[in-house]
Amino acid sequence: MIPLTHFLVVGACLFAIGLYAVLARRNAILVLVGIELMINAAILNLVAFGRYDKTMYGGQVFALFAIVLAAAAVAVALAIILNVYKFYRSVNPEDIKNLKD
Amino acid sequence: MNITALVFYVFATLAIGSALLLVSMRNIARSLFLFFIVLFSVAGLYVFALADFVAITQILVYVGGVLILMLFAFMLSNKELLNDLQIGTSHFFALPAWQSLVIAVSFLAILVYTSLQLGADEPGWIAASREAGTVLTPTDQTIQHIGVQIMTRYLLPFEIVSVLLMMALIGAAHLTRKEATS
Repeated sequence: MIPLTHFLVVGACLFAIGLYAVLARRNAILVLVGIELMINAAILNLVAFGRYDKTMYGGQVFALFAIVLAAAAVAVALAIILNVYKFYRSVNPEDIKNLKD
Repeated sequence: MNITALVFYVFATLAIGSALLLVSMRNIARSLFLFFIVLFSVAGLYVFALADFVAITQILVYVGGVLILMLFAFMLSNKELLNDLQIGTSHFFALPAWQSLVIAVSFLAILVYTSLQLGADEPGWIAASREAGTVLTPTDQTIQHIGVQIMTRYLLPFEIVSVLLMMALIGAAHLTRKEATS
């Protein structure tokens, strides 16, 4: 049986990589991928702790809810990205400066 | 080292390595396809945490839905897709932005330090669960129990999540609709 700490360290690595992608990349879609990496790291932690919860299955059930929330977030974010691209002809977050036209 | 641990570390290195390659690659199409590999290997890690149903859901929802959506959005939003694919090999790695690197590495240090602390002294409920014998074992029927729990104990969060998912999908459809030409 794999120790809990190993799951947590893998999750920490994925979270840090996702954070780097969010901060450093110049493309809104890759920023979104970074957010998804961070959500995946969080789900990995939920599932790893959920192994010790045989009576209520809280970790696994809330991991499922987190996956659903991430899918909803992606749908809305991609719709916004496509609208922004239609307006600015760019998906670089640094080009998007105005709140209202 | 037994075969289970070996496969776990193979999946872990696959996930972390392709995630690192993903953030350092200049070509976005290649990064998105590397994201496939990350998601698949993270699903493999879920199996090692004895959450088969979450792993299957991860593959269905992320690989089948989210990633395809991302590829669509990328192809609809990049004028220089073809140029990008052709010159992608000459600039294999993007320049690291060192400020972001510093923040990410310090975050990683804090998280790893905390995880190692947790290994040293376990939370009380984990020790209690280990004593009471309620730790999941590989032979347990998890899927059946998850279904029962969702329909009884977690019914309210389940309903809230489904309403929120419907709201988000309606919102996405509303955002991307064509403006009526007047």
